[in-house]
Amino acid sequence: MIDLLIHLVLIILIPPLLPGVINRTKAAFAGRTGAPLLQPYYDLYRLLRKGTVFSRTTTWVFRAGPLVTLAATLAAALFIPLGNHAPPLSFNGDMLLFVYLLALGRFFTTAAALDTGSSFEGMGAAREVTFSCLAEPVLLITLLVLSRLSGSLSLAGILTHSSTTLWLASGASLILLVAGLFMVLLAENCRIPFDDPTTHLELTMIHEVLVLDHSGPAFGMITYGAALKLSILSALFLHVALPLRDADPYLDWLVFVISMILLAVVIGVVESCMARLRLTRVPQMLLAACVMAAFAMVLVVR
Amino acid sequence: MSSFADQLLVLVLLINILILGTHRARVAIRAIAVQGVVLGMMPLLIHPVQGHILLITLFVVLAKGVCIPWLLFGALSKIEFSEDLPPFLGYAGNVIAGAVATVMAFVFAARLPLAPHHQELLTVPAALATILAGFIALASRRKAINQVIGYLMLENGIFIFGLLLTEAMPLMVEAGALLDLIAGIFVMGIIINQIGREFSSIDTSRMTALREEE
Repeated sequence: MIDLLIHLVLIILIPPLLPGVINRTKAAFAGRTGAPLLQPYYDLYRLLRKGTVFSRTTTWVFRAGPLVTLAATLAAALFIPLGNHAPPLSFNGDMLLFVYLLALGRFFTTAAALDTGSSFEGMGAAREVTFSCLAEPVLLITLLVLSRLSGSLSLAGILTHSSTTLWLASGASLILLVAGLFMVLLAENCRIPFDDPTTHLELTMIHEVLVLDHSGPAFGMITYGAALKLSILSALFLHVALPLRDADPYLDWLVFVISMILLAVVIGVVESCMARLRLTRVPQMLLAACVMAAFAMVLVVR
Repeated sequence: MSSFADQLLVLVLLINILILGTHRARVAIRAIAVQGVVLGMMPLLIHPVQGHILLITLFVVLAKGVCIPWLLFGALSKIEFSEDLPPFLGYAGNVIAGAVATVMAFVFAARLPLAPHHQELLTVPAALATILAGFIALASRRKAINQVIGYLMLENGIFIFGLLLTEAMPLMVEAGALLDLIAGIFVMGIIINQIGREFSSIDTSRMTALREEE
């Protein structure tokens, strides 16, 4: 019961912290002070107080977009175990539901973008869908390999299975999975080698161009949903990459939160050290991630 | 010990894909040098240390890690063409072909009548996969220098196969193969320079048409 409460509180409170940490890391790398660590929370609060403007050309799809996206992402968050604890919801085969809940969210974001009829947003929607249909196989193959390794079909069993003994036994394929998952983590959340979240040039951005026409609370929901997705995929990544287990459940929660923040720092470092890829090179990178996941599968199934 | 060797072989397979997917000749040369060094260290890991295995390791690391990359970088700096010519299949096509070749190598190796203690190792599928990837690079690249890299990859694949036999193979055979390789790279380097001097382009696919250059 107490674990369930901590899970819910963490999943609601932690997401905006991660972009804050990433921005702070990037600022430190660039020699700036940077925005306060809690700036994303202030931004959300400010957005939620504002009014919303709707274009007359939009329909209900545009209004439903942010809501459905946030709801789907929140539902997906209920299936992912945090730390070493069972998630609130879990059944056999929920890994497929998890992947497609994220896909549903993306579908509604892009549908809302197309609904505005703006050419920029159509372009962004096309990019988002192209890249995500390359990132999705990586996620699915990774989950498939992990479920083969753990002999379980639910996310809870798959993700809490990996441990140091598993790393010693099949380290090669796990390294491949970790590398592939990290690329997916960056691509799905529009982080730097794939997309620059701070740019305001419509021609080069992907996620930001999708949400140009949203304002007020709707935009707040989108920002929060994006942060939530980042934290969900980070948790997934951490389960594979860092199988830290401890007997004490409260220490486990602490280790989990600290490792999430460390991962955000790592993402910030990666963003500071790399330039954005040319748009035509992005599919190649995702293809490489796909090939790595496929290799891992070959190594495990063999 | 052998599981560590297996992980190094996975690294070798990844370098194959990197070489197939990269569009920079310099990256490919560095990658092939790393692959050569990794492979050169392998005999030490899977066989008990002996005099002639140490010698082989030394020679292979020197030849593949230092000598050949140096020759290739030399050839690269002499030709002034740095334009990026996409391969016949495209980079994505190359990577996919490499991945398919790797999977086929695994399937095929599982059906080979191998000695029981070789069955579990990654050596045979990795060797086949590297040879196939070398073929793909050799056949689909346009620039002569990238074709040389494909040729090196092919040779690396044969070397992986040889790992199973290092104990039984005399030193002379290994040394002869290495000498052949270096002579081959020398000749290719000279030819690349010649191509660079004589023709306006180093696209080898354009050299199939025989006509006077004016």
